[in-house]
Amino acid sequence: MNKYQNRSRNHLRKTPTGIQGLDEILEGGLPHGRSTLVCGSAGTGKTLMAVEFLVKGAKFYDEPGVFISFEETLEELTENTASLNIDLMKLIDEDKIFVDYVYVERSEIEETGVYDLEGLFLRLEDAIQRTGAKRVVLDTLETLFSGFTDTGILRAELRRLFRYLKDKGLTAVITAERGDGQLTRQGMEEYISDCVIVLDNRIKEGLSTRRLRIVKYRGSSHGNDEYPFLINNFGFWILPITSIGLDYTASTKRISTGISELDDMLAGGGYYRGSNILVSGSAGTGKTSVVAHFVDAACTRGMCCLIFAHEESNNQIIRNMRSIGINLEPWIQQGLLKIQSERVTKQGMESHLLKSHQMVDSFHPEVLVIDPVSDFTSIGTSDDVKSMLIRMIDSYKALGITTLFTHLTSGGEHEQSTEIGISSLIDTWILLRYLETDGERNRSLYVLKSRGMGHSNQLRHFQITDNGIQLQSTLNARGDLQ
Amino acid sequence: MNLPISENANREAGEERWILRLYIAGQTPKSLTALSNLRRICEDHLAGRYFIEIIDLQEDPGLARKDQIMAIPTLVRKLPPPIKKIIGDLSNTERVLIGLDVISA
Repeated sequence: MNKYQNRSRNHLRKTPTGIQGLDEILEGGLPHGRSTLVCGSAGTGKTLMAVEFLVKGAKFYDEPGVFISFEETLEELTENTASLNIDLMKLIDEDKIFVDYVYVERSEIEETGVYDLEGLFLRLEDAIQRTGAKRVVLDTLETLFSGFTDTGILRAELRRLFRYLKDKGLTAVITAERGDGQLTRQGMEEYISDCVIVLDNRIKEGLSTRRLRIVKYRGSSHGNDEYPFLINNFGFWILPITSIGLDYTASTKRISTGISELDDMLAGGGYYRGSNILVSGSAGTGKTSVVAHFVDAACTRGMCCLIFAHEESNNQIIRNMRSIGINLEPWIQQGLLKIQSERVTKQGMESHLLKSHQMVDSFHPEVLVIDPVSDFTSIGTSDDVKSMLIRMIDSYKALGITTLFTHLTSGGEHEQSTEIGISSLIDTWILLRYLETDGERNRSLYVLKSRGMGHSNQLRHFQITDNGIQLQSTLNARGDLQ
Repeated sequence: MNLPISENANREAGEERWILRLYIAGQTPKSLTALSNLRRICEDHLAGRYFIEIIDLQEDPGLARKDQIMAIPTLVRKLPPPIKKIIGDLSNTERVLIGLDVISA
């Protein structure tokens, strides 16, 4: 995060939200001492985002906050932000966050002449003084329009309110309902023009995806895309598509593939540590076996491995691998290996991405396997899958994790182009295929590419035996065994 | 503050007693207008059976939160029940009377 703060120092002071992924998109955070408008229809996560902004501020940045709630009482608020409950209540007890529920009568209040909203200002001022607040949330300010009929007075008071917040140097988040044909129902964007964020919840191909977009950020550059995000028991989660960038360090250390002949094909050393490897091939060519060799070898060296298995259960993988002489069970018992088996279709793409990130966060694997990635096409378009894989590859690379993907190809002519078009992202690509010669159907292996090392150009037959994969002698240019 | 706190007159037996609370925030022109309007209306319509309480929220902002006051001035009819809330400087007498249920709409 420091990287972004340094970069933006010359332009505009920013207040980090502390929300996973959001500060990267905002290139540091929200405009410091200004108001930010967060708009979206009902149920898009505006309130949660606002609460998280305060909780993170008080917890990690020593910036107390005030939450003026126009719609939910404290009880409702804590219920609806269950993920942040413990933190929120604790911070309220410590006077680091103050919540004031402003009750706006829906029934008509008789208006008998001129008035102002000084009562609201006094409450805000009092709450700010009690906590020494640096952050303020007004959720949802527009509710005022249902309680008061004199819009002339209201608009003048809103202007006064935003001027007040600015003069006080408070970083504020104002939430608003999405309106027809405009960003917000009551045209709040007219008052808040420094930064506008739109939240959205769309159903696409039967799966709901929440998305976030920075519509405007005066004086600052920001990510322009729509960023998918999730709301789960950890709170608000955004994974910027390409934020991680390409500035990771490339290791020169190697890790054995677990198959000595394959190590030889890869200039005698195996895969680069922290690189990514694709093993593709049609059904039954032995992809998972290649993976198991590698995992076994890594565990033998004391490295932590995490496998996401999308087609087989733990037991099935263990049984099948045992049948070829690879015993994974001891590694699981020693806590070096974890196999997470789950059908891809059980959850949306974003949930999946989130879950894998959380597991990586908690397990800290040095080797990660996704078997197979091709299954993701069942829950998203190939563009979605590609963008997800880019994010995975980038973030795991940044963490120095060696990642192995398998990919099921349908065979035939297209086996050198993966359906999801990730080939260009891959460092080492091992192609498995059946080769039919002289009335025999043999498995063969080929290193299609391997960045940064001289690799064999040979097509090698191999057999899967009781003692694992065994590569056989080389084939010459005519396909004859030598 | 030095504004009169109670303007209680003789209470006649059997008659309803009106307790009105006016929330202000400092002695602003709006507050002063509201107070003089309120006194006039009460004398004209509720003479002898009203009681006005003035709360200056600048002295105790916590009360604004406790009593859910946002607009200034706000007049609250505490008695007779039910509680009624009207806002503004009370310059529209008819609306005040309707709002307080002194006369029906």
